[in-house]
Amino acid sequence: MITFLWVIVVLISAALLGFIYRLVKGPTTPDRVIALDAIGVGLISLIGLISILFDTPFFLEVILLLAVLSFIGTIAFSKFTEKGEIIQRDRNS
Amino acid sequence: MSMIFAIFLPIILAIFIPLLYKKAKRIHTGWFVLIAPLILVVLYALYIPSVMDGKTFSEEMPWIPSLDISLVSYIDGLSLLFSLLITGIGSLVVLYSIFYLDKDKENLGNFYVYLLMFMTAMLGVVQSDHLIGLYFFWELTSISSFLLIGYWYTRDRSRFGALKSMMITVFGGLMMLGGFLLLGIMGETFSIRELISQAATIAEHDLFVWALVLILLGAFTKSAQFPFYVWLPDAMEAPTPVSAYLHSATMVKAGLYLVARLTPIFALSEVWVWLVTGVGILTLFWGSFFAVKQTDLKAILAFSTVSQLGLIMSLLGIGSIAYHVTGDLVTTYTFATFAAIFHLLNHATFKGSLFMIAGIVDHETGTRDIRKLGGLMSLMPISFTIAMIGSLSMAGIPLFNGFLSKEMFLDATLSLQHVGLYSMDTWWILIPIVAWVASVFTFVYSLYFVLHTFRGKHTPELLPKKAHEAPIGMLISPGILATLVIVIFFIPNFVGNTFIKPAVAAIQPSVYALPSDVGFKIKAWHGFDSPALYMTLGIFLVGYLLYKTLPKWSVAYSKMPAKVTLNGIYDWLMMLSESGAKQVSSLYMKGSIRSYLIYIFGAIIILLASTLWIKEAFVISFDNLAPIKFFEVLLSLLIIIGTLTILITKSRLTAIIALGAVGYTVALFFIIFKAPDLALTQLVIETVSVALFLGAFYHLPKLNKHEKGKEDRKFRLTNFLIALGVGVMVSLIAISAHSQKLVPSISEYYKKTVYSEAGGGNIVNVILVDYRGFDTLFEIGVLTIASLGIIGMITLRLAKKKGENKVENK
Repeated sequence: MITFLWVIVVLISAALLGFIYRLVKGPTTPDRVIALDAIGVGLISLIGLISILFDTPFFLEVILLLAVLSFIGTIAFSKFTEKGEIIQRDRNS
Repeated sequence: MSMIFAIFLPIILAIFIPLLYKKAKRIHTGWFVLIAPLILVVLYALYIPSVMDGKTFSEEMPWIPSLDISLVSYIDGLSLLFSLLITGIGSLVVLYSIFYLDKDKENLGNFYVYLLMFMTAMLGVVQSDHLIGLYFFWELTSISSFLLIGYWYTRDRSRFGALKSMMITVFGGLMMLGGFLLLGIMGETFSIRELISQAATIAEHDLFVWALVLILLGAFTKSAQFPFYVWLPDAMEAPTPVSAYLHSATMVKAGLYLVARLTPIFALSEVWVWLVTGVGILTLFWGSFFAVKQTDLKAILAFSTVSQLGLIMSLLGIGSIAYHVTGDLVTTYTFATFAAIFHLLNHATFKGSLFMIAGIVDHETGTRDIRKLGGLMSLMPISFTIAMIGSLSMAGIPLFNGFLSKEMFLDATLSLQHVGLYSMDTWWILIPIVAWVASVFTFVYSLYFVLHTFRGKHTPELLPKKAHEAPIGMLISPGILATLVIVIFFIPNFVGNTFIKPAVAAIQPSVYALPSDVGFKIKAWHGFDSPALYMTLGIFLVGYLLYKTLPKWSVAYSKMPAKVTLNGIYDWLMMLSESGAKQVSSLYMKGSIRSYLIYIFGAIIILLASTLWIKEAFVISFDNLAPIKFFEVLLSLLIIIGTLTILITKSRLTAIIALGAVGYTVALFFIIFKAPDLALTQLVIETVSVALFLGAFYHLPKLNKHEKGKEDRKFRLTNFLIALGVGVMVSLIAISAHSQKLVPSISEYYKKTVYSEAGGGNIVNVILVDYRGFDTLFEIGVLTIASLGIIGMITLRLAKKKGENKVENK
């Protein structure tokens, strides 16, 4: 069982390296944003595996938080590439 | 308390002077001021009989007892002579100034406050037995002299002269303080009398020569010795009473006083003898040589003062040889000290009167330029008589006191042939020759001063005012001094017994226990076998010939290049220090943060590396290391890749994304090092800061070096080396710090007590809010300040003015 988990860890790590390559290389900004989002997902699974391997429940909160932040981050980047800003102002004020 | 109170009497009176000046408008303020020196001169005169018997008086007032600093007033022969000079000539000068300064046109309040301040300072200098007290009063003389020279502060020349004298005398004063402190270290006391009693042990000390040179620097700057005399001619911009008082009779003699006072300590050194004698003789020659060149009456007198001070200084130097010889020679050389004090007294009388006459001429004709003056003899007969007496005394002509001391001076220089110490036997002959030549020049400028002013053709069209005799009140003070000049010639031994012998006994305590032991007699006639007589005759003869041919050879002066003069050097030094400082600061203060960061990081590298190197602090040990795991290697690789991406990317957006990736990896590190709270916080903070970067990103100008990618990412060797250096240094220090842990961690205590003492399960949170809640409190404060600051920066745009580019929020 432990061996199986370690194999998965290695696979996810390899995937992360691939995402990182795209992050560095990525010809356009959307490529990089997608890579970052994927890195977030990869990290979530990695942290889940680590929790199992370390046999501790304390990192589950981190997983939740990472999921939320990854989502918010991707949205923020997307909005930024789309509109050029993240928080729109009420221009009448 | 009366002796110390007496020192402060003038400055206490000075407090009331502005009041008297404002309230009693009709009476000249000087009449009130006259009270202080008159009381003091009577007071000090009362000490004369006891001091003649060899008694001394001392009084101490603790000032800072814990540091052993006190004001000690000590009266012996030397300080009594100086105190009488200061108060006596002070009274005459105040009297003179009453008639010299107009009560409606001049700001008399200022003048007399400064003058009284100076009087206190000077009395303090000559009576202090405590070195720190002496230094305190010494600087007070510099400051009050600065104020007095700059009295007409609307004139450029006055301000220049005041600044120059301040720079030079304060430089010397600070050097002197250094010397005093060294003396204090060597003798473990600041009392001059106690230092004298252990002079022999002090002379053996390593610091002895340093103290000697530093103290002499102070004395030479104050007494206008070569090459520091340059401030004195420029100080002639002061009102004439000030020149007469400070720059002839009192302040410039403070250096002489210091040399005389410390002779018992330092005379044991050969350096002292050579420096004091040599510099004195050089100053004597230099001052008298350049006095002939001057065209301003007061400038002639200033150079003459310089030269006469040099004469006295050299006599003090010769006098200190008495410490090096035995037998009859001791008397021979103490005679030089005797001559020095006698000439000091004589100089104060004749130079004071001459300055006052120069002031009268200025006052009554409107100019001090000797080229415009002439033929005033019949118009100002009394002034002429006084000037004649003073000048002839200065030239050293019989019937005047200058003759006596000049003869004694020549005798003293000739007596050097008997020394036979420190290569004196080969070089001594130079000193009488230089002294003789200088005396010739003294003769020339003395005649030039008086005859060019009062004889010759009167040219009223050149004078701003119609010349006439001065009011009688103005003539009283120079008249008294001129009378003294003649009286001293006829009763020299009375003066010698009363004033000079006690002073000599104070300077040479090892030779004379009591003033009555000093067995000198002043003779006007030495007999035909005296070499000094023929030297004097030679001076008169050659001097008269040179004076007659003055127009022919004085052109030689104008041939001298102006750049190599000492004034030129002073100006050059001042300019150099100003422009040099400017250049140095503009060299490194470029206003660019990059260069400052280079200095900061460079300093960090150098300091840390040299500390590691010198202290041999670099230790590497593999004892306490945990095994490296696969995860850690992987995450480290991720961080390295992210960091390199930030460094080499050409797009700013990529850099921000890569920074985010690094931050997330750090959070992952926190996870595998089992720090869930840190990981949570790190993730949130990283996301927020990436968002903030993106927010700021938008407002940056579009076309930037970064976007162009041409210049900025250009490889910069300096930056690379510094970055590498900082990284290597920090790594080395981290390694050595980890390799030598000296004490165990205190975290065991927290683990044990987290539940029992604090009632919590999360150790990190309990530390944050319970064990060490203070840090948390102030970090909350930091966040509050940061958010308030952001609000302030965004909403309050006070600094924005019209015309400045406003950043538009589209």
